[in-house]
Amino acid sequence: MPLRTWCLLVFAVMVAIAAGLTIGAVSLPIGDVWRALGGVGDPSVVAIVQSLRLPRVVLGLAVGAGLGMSGAAMQATLRNPLAEPYLLGVSGGAAVGAVAAIALRIAAPALLPVAAFAGAALAVAIVLGVARAAGAQNDPRVLVMAGVVVGAFANAAIMVVLANAPAEDVRGALWWMMGSLNDASWNAVRWIGLYVAIGGAALLAFGREIELLALGEDPAAALGVDVARATRRVYLLASLLAAVTVAGAGLIGFVGLVVPAIVRGLGARSARTVIIGAALAGAALLVAADVVARTARAPAELPLGAVTALIGVPFFLMRLRRLR
Amino acid sequence: MIRFDDVVLRYPRTPRPAVHGVSLTAPRGVITAIVGPNGSGKSTLIRALLGRLHPERGTVTLDGANIAALARREVARVLAFVPQREEPAFPLQVRDFVALGRYAHGTMWGVESAADRLAVAAAIERAGATEFLHRRTDELSGGEWQRVRIARALAQGGDALVLDEPTAFLDIAHEMAVFELLDTLARDGRAVLLVSHQLNLVARFASRIALLHRGALIAFGPPDDVMRGDLLERVYDWPLVVSRDPAVGAPMLVPLRGRAPQWRSSFNSQESE
Repeated sequence: MPLRTWCLLVFAVMVAIAAGLTIGAVSLPIGDVWRALGGVGDPSVVAIVQSLRLPRVVLGLAVGAGLGMSGAAMQATLRNPLAEPYLLGVSGGAAVGAVAAIALRIAAPALLPVAAFAGAALAVAIVLGVARAAGAQNDPRVLVMAGVVVGAFANAAIMVVLANAPAEDVRGALWWMMGSLNDASWNAVRWIGLYVAIGGAALLAFGREIELLALGEDPAAALGVDVARATRRVYLLASLLAAVTVAGAGLIGFVGLVVPAIVRGLGARSARTVIIGAALAGAALLVAADVVARTARAPAELPLGAVTALIGVPFFLMRLRRLR
Repeated sequence: MIRFDDVVLRYPRTPRPAVHGVSLTAPRGVITAIVGPNGSGKSTLIRALLGRLHPERGTVTLDGANIAALARREVARVLAFVPQREEPAFPLQVRDFVALGRYAHGTMWGVESAADRLAVAAAIERAGATEFLHRRTDELSGGEWQRVRIARALAQGGDALVLDEPTAFLDIAHEMAVFELLDTLARDGRAVLLVSHQLNLVARFASRIALLHRGALIAFGPPDDVMRGDLLERVYDWPLVVSRDPAVGAPMLVPLRGRAPQWRSSFNSQESE
């Protein structure tokens, strides 16, 4: 990918960060925000920037990067341009894990991603098992159908878990299912950021294998890849990333679908380039979508998952049409 | 040398083996061909070479080493495979695609060494893919794509080359070009093993032909021994004659017109086209 495209992606991230910090219920001049980042200026501005907006923006960057990388890895490994954690039911499974952890009162910031990961891994196993049983593991449409069914099942499971739950837990569950960065805290940001960094670094380490898996199972095996093991590894890492984003911000669909396609459209070819590019573009897109969610119908806040779906669904339909 | 020794292969959850008791060798310096009707077990044998299916009985060896005991990367350094169909989900530049052949030689991060660059350049030149080096894989014609895939196999650097239907969907010129290239590669000392339905081309280029039928090896030997009308007719279940290629004298198969599915009775009464 040309250097100027990398610069464009980094610039998009910077613009999104600036928008995330300056735009909101109270509009802040960029100069005041800059000073507030250093703890200088009006104490209320410093408080808004450092305690409210900055953790929210950083969480958005981490969640967006995680979703982008997860989608890029899943698309390459499944050889499926429609693959992404939300559509494959992975995010739904993660939400079940997270809600179960909340219901069982074991949802410490460090443990929540782990519980979400357990749910996500189970969802991946079910989706792939269903597709394999149908003899269509490589058919993009069958995988998406299986993912949608598992996602619906996950929603139902969340409702069952919360059937007799207190009102506060039910509100929390709705939050999981609609996506939001509203509860961003520095403690959550630290854990989510750490897990995203670990998952992303591991995906990059296996970037060459991912590239070979994208050729197909037989070519990958012929070139020296232990296909079963490599596929399992990438699924688990992509699921970890998706689960972490769910733990941090609930169910946010379509970022993992849209972002790798944009990056490929910008000229990214190798798996590692696509993964890094998807991390940058995902981070920028999610922070920008959050700005829209906060301001489009202010003072009310739109669910972040609804904003990304408004962007992602038309995109998905276009991709589906191209597959025919 | 590639060697199958009394190999029995069975797919999971199937009652009968797909290949039973097959023994054959593909030595260096010549082209060895595996032929047979659809479903005769040709591709199953290849799957065993790739380690995607493990023999229930018998062994598959590569230069004397049991493939089942080797790591995939060790196998890939010696044996390269060109599958029949390959459609990358996401297109790559031709040069980057060929460089994937060096995966088994590299480290986890896959930084290209000087040896890798040399091997890739040599493979591209050898396969005659230099002119489309900077194109994308989705911009190539069928013949060009096949050359690029052979280039990637050559970049692997091994002495054994296995191809599944290397000339499927190619026109005559590209078909001949691929076989000529394989002939040259074999003469250089590689063991070339190919699966093909192009019996006449195989008869001209291969030194030995293995004829499979319903998972069993029916014949294995020089083209003149295997390309026999009675044998092929029985295996392919279709009336045919074997004559001589007027240009080069190789055995040449000519399928006759029948009235499928009742051809059997007409064939028995010696009716021909």
